[in-house]
Amino acid sequence: MSGYTAHFRVWRGDVEGGGLEDFKVEVNDGEVVLDIIHRIQATQAADLAVRWNCKAGKCGSCSAEINGRPRLMCMTRMSVFEQGETVTVTPLRAFPVIRDLVTDVGFNYQKAREVPAFVPPAGLGPGEYRMFQEDVDRSQEFRKCIECFLCQDVCHVVRDHEENKAAYAGPRFLMRVAELDMHPLDAAEAAGLDRKRAAQDEHGLGYCNITKCCTEVCPEGIHITDNALIPLKERAADRKYDPLVWLGSKIRRRPAGG
Amino acid sequence: MAAVERQQWDVVVVGAGGAGLRAAIEARERGARTAVICKSLFGKAHTVMAEGGIAAAMANVNEHDNWQVHFRDTLRGGKFLNQWRMAELHAKEAPDRVWELETWGALFDRTKDGKISQRNFGGHEYPRLAHVGDRTGLELIRTLQQKIVSLQQEDQKETGDYESRLKVFQECTVTRILKTVPDSRSAAGSRVSGVFAYERETGRFLVLEAPAVVVATGGIGKSFKVTSNSWEYTGDGHALALLAGAPLLNMEFVQFHPTGMVWPPSVKGILVTESVRGDGGVLRNSEGKRFMFDYIPDVFKEKYAESEEEGDRWYEDPDHNRRPPELLPRDEVARAINSEVKAGRGSPHGGVFLDVSTRMPAEVIRRRLPSMYHQFKELADVDITAEAMEVGPTCHYVMGGVAVDSDTAAARGVPGLFAAGEVAGGMHGSNRLGGNSLSDLLVFGRRAGWHAADYAADTDARPAVDDQQVDAAAAEALRPFSAESQQPDAGPPENPYTLHQELQQSMNDLVGIIRREGEMEQALQRLAELRVRARRAGVEGHRQFNPGWHLALDLRNMLLVSECVARSALERTESRGGHTREDHPTMDRRWRPVNLLCRLADPTGGLAAADPVRGQITLTRETTDPIRADLLALFEKEELVKYLAEEELYE
Repeated sequence: MSGYTAHFRVWRGDVEGGGLEDFKVEVNDGEVVLDIIHRIQATQAADLAVRWNCKAGKCGSCSAEINGRPRLMCMTRMSVFEQGETVTVTPLRAFPVIRDLVTDVGFNYQKAREVPAFVPPAGLGPGEYRMFQEDVDRSQEFRKCIECFLCQDVCHVVRDHEENKAAYAGPRFLMRVAELDMHPLDAAEAAGLDRKRAAQDEHGLGYCNITKCCTEVCPEGIHITDNALIPLKERAADRKYDPLVWLGSKIRRRPAGG
Repeated sequence: MAAVERQQWDVVVVGAGGAGLRAAIEARERGARTAVICKSLFGKAHTVMAEGGIAAAMANVNEHDNWQVHFRDTLRGGKFLNQWRMAELHAKEAPDRVWELETWGALFDRTKDGKISQRNFGGHEYPRLAHVGDRTGLELIRTLQQKIVSLQQEDQKETGDYESRLKVFQECTVTRILKTVPDSRSAAGSRVSGVFAYERETGRFLVLEAPAVVVATGGIGKSFKVTSNSWEYTGDGHALALLAGAPLLNMEFVQFHPTGMVWPPSVKGILVTESVRGDGGVLRNSEGKRFMFDYIPDVFKEKYAESEEEGDRWYEDPDHNRRPPELLPRDEVARAINSEVKAGRGSPHGGVFLDVSTRMPAEVIRRRLPSMYHQFKELADVDITAEAMEVGPTCHYVMGGVAVDSDTAAARGVPGLFAAGEVAGGMHGSNRLGGNSLSDLLVFGRRAGWHAADYAADTDARPAVDDQQVDAAAAEALRPFSAESQQPDAGPPENPYTLHQELQQSMNDLVGIIRREGEMEQALQRLAELRVRARRAGVEGHRQFNPGWHLALDLRNMLLVSECVARSALERTESRGGHTREDHPTMDRRWRPVNLLCRLADPTGGLAAADPVRGQITLTRETTDPIRADLLALFEKEELVKYLAEEELYE
C-alpha cells in the first residue's frame, strides 16, 4: 500500500489557448488517473475543469488523451505507468476545447440527430414483438456503446481534418446505422428509407478505410470495424451494384395503387 | 437586476435520467413545449449505472406472475410503509412501460420463444426483471435518448428546428424553483413560475419561465462517503422542492446496497449488481460459510430455503423449492454482511466474499455478467470467473423524497411542481426492491409528464416571474466568488472540497447503515457547524466550467437533505427497511402507519434560512391512508399481523 508522488502534466487553458501545467501529486494503491485529477482539484487547482460521472466505465464522460492515447480516465489504472514516468493528460484533440480537459462534443450530438430513428413495424403492438437472441446479438453489441466518443476522437478522417466533419458521421454513428440496419424488426425499408444507401450517401461511410483505430480505443471492446463498418460497407456495396436489389427497391417504392 | 437570459416553455423537466426523459417524452407528446435541464451531458445520467433490470410482471418466464404478486412483493420489501396507491399503479403499469420501450428500439435479452427475458432478483417471487446483460440502465437511457431525438426529428421536419418543441439544456444546473408572489388579499397561494439555472460551460444565468416544473433529479448518495452514486447525486431536487415549500417524506430511509466493491480504496462503493446473486452467486464469510441462512427474519421465514441444497434446487425448480436467502431484500442482506464483518468473519479488505466462480462456467459468467467481469478485471485485478469478489454495503438509493400525489406525481403544497423517480418519496416504503427503480422511473416519469402537461394547458395566464427572486438567486449563486469580503471577521474562505469530504465522513460514520441516538445528535451538531462554514465556501477563478464553484453551490443541497435524513432517523425509534437503529432494533407495528414529513423551518426566509443553530428543518408526523381493502385482501391474515398496527387490522 505504499504511496508515491507522481509527476502529472495537465493541459490547462481555453479556446484562447493554453499549455501543459506541472503537478506533483500523491498516488495510492489501486488508483486510476481520474483519482489523481480529482486530487489535483481538491488540493492544488480547485477550478480544474474535467467531466466525469460514474467513475466505473459505464457513462463515458471522462474521455481524455493520456500520454497521447484516447482513454477513459476512470478506467486507466496508475499501475500501468512506471513510478518515475510523467503522465500527460490532454483534452480530446478532435473537438474544440471549452476549458482544461473539457471539450465541446456537440459534433456528436449533431450527428446523432442525422441518423433516422428506429421505425416500428406496422401491425405489431407493444408486447407483440418477437425476436430471437441470435438475431439481436449483433445490434446488442453495438448498443453496449457508452458514447465516450473516443472512436470519434481517434478516427483519422476527422482527427486532423476539420473539413471532413460535415460529410462524415464517424464510427459511433455509422455503427448506429449498422445497429438499426441489423435490428430484426426495423421497418425503415417499408417506410421508404434505405439505411445502407444513406450510410454511403449521407453519413460518409466511404471515408472510412478500415484502419481499425476506433476498435482499438473502444473501452467496451466493441468490434466496431469488423462487426459494424465492414458489414455495412458490404451491404451498401450490394445495394449499389446488385441489379436485382436495385430493381427490387424500385418496385417496392412504387406508391400504393400506382 | 442581474443580466439573465429568459425563455418561455410550458413544462420544464429538471433531470435527464430515466424519469426526466420519460416525463419529457410524455409532456411533448401531449403537446406541451418542453425543456429538459441536466447537469451532465445528455445520455450520461445516473440511470446508466443501473445494472440488473426493470421489474415488470409480464409473466414471460413464469406464467404465474401478475401485477398482484408484484404489488405484494413491493409492499413486503418496503415493510408495508409504501404509499400503496403508487405501488399499485407501478405494478399494474410497468409491463406497458417496458413493452413501449421495444417500440422505441430497445433490444432486451430474449427468451427461447422470442419474448423479453426476465431474471430473478431479491424479493421478487418470480423471475421478473427485463434486462440486457448487466447494462440494463444504459439500454434504458439510450432508448429514451433516441426517442427524444426521434421526436426532435419530427419537429425538425415540421418546423425546421429540432428544438422547437423539445430542447435539452445539457450541463446546466437549476439552483432555485421560482414562484409567483402570493397575493395576501386572495385565497390563491403562490405557484410555480419557472426555474433559475446556470450553464456550466459559460457560467451564464438562465431563467426558464414555465407554469409546470417536474423535478427528476435522482438521489442524495453524494452526502455519504462510501456510495455507488455519481457526483450528480447531491439531492438537488429534494432541496429545490423543500426550498419551494414542499415537504419531504420519510427521509430516514436510505438504502445501503449490500454489495459494493471494497477494494482498492479508490473504487470503494462502486456497485456490484444484484444479478450476481440472482443468477446464482453466493455470499460466504471468511470461514467459507454461506452465512445468509442465519439471517432470515421471522417475517420471511416461510419464503426462503432452510438449506443450501434447497436453495440450489430453486434455480432449476422454483415451483417446488424456496429461494436462497442471498435473495432476501437488500436491507436484510446489507445488515447481515455488516454483522459478519463486525463479528470478525470478514474478508481481508473488510467485506465478505461474493462468489460466482464455483457456481457457473467461466463462459456463462462472461456472457451474463460482462460489466462485472470487466469492472473487477480492470479496477481490482480480480478475475471473477476464477475467484470470489470482496463486497460490502454501499450507500445506493434514498427511499424518502418529495411527498407526491400518487396518481399525478404533483408535489404537495406547491401548485405546478411535480416529482418523479428517486427524488419522489412513498413508492418504495422503507426499502426498495432491486429492479423496482427503473420501472418506477418509467411509470411515474410518464405520469409526471402527463399531469404537468395537463396542468400547463389548464393555466390561462403565464405565472409571472418575480424579479426579486431572480436577483436573490443570482446573488446566492455568485456568493462563493466573494466569500472573503462578505464576512471578513469570520475567517478565511473554506475549501468546498474539504467541506464536502467532512460532510461525507460525518454522514457515513454517524447516520450510516446502523444508527444510534447519540451519534445522530452529534451528526446534527456537525451539520450545523458545516452549514456555518459552508456560508464561507469560496472559489478561485471564474464562472466558466469551474467545478469548485459547482460544488460550493451543491453543498447547500447536500446539507439540507443530510439534515432531513438525520432528523427523521433520530425521530423514528424502530428499525424498518433502510433505517436500522441499534438502540431500537426491532420493527414496531405502531410505527407502520406513521409518515415523517420534513419542511423548511423558515419557508419565507429564503436565503436567511441558513440559521446555524436551530437547524433548517421542522419535522411533523402524519398518519398514512389506510390500505384499500381489496389490496389488503391480497395478503394472508397471518402475514398482515406481523406488519400492521392493532387498530389497522380491525378496521
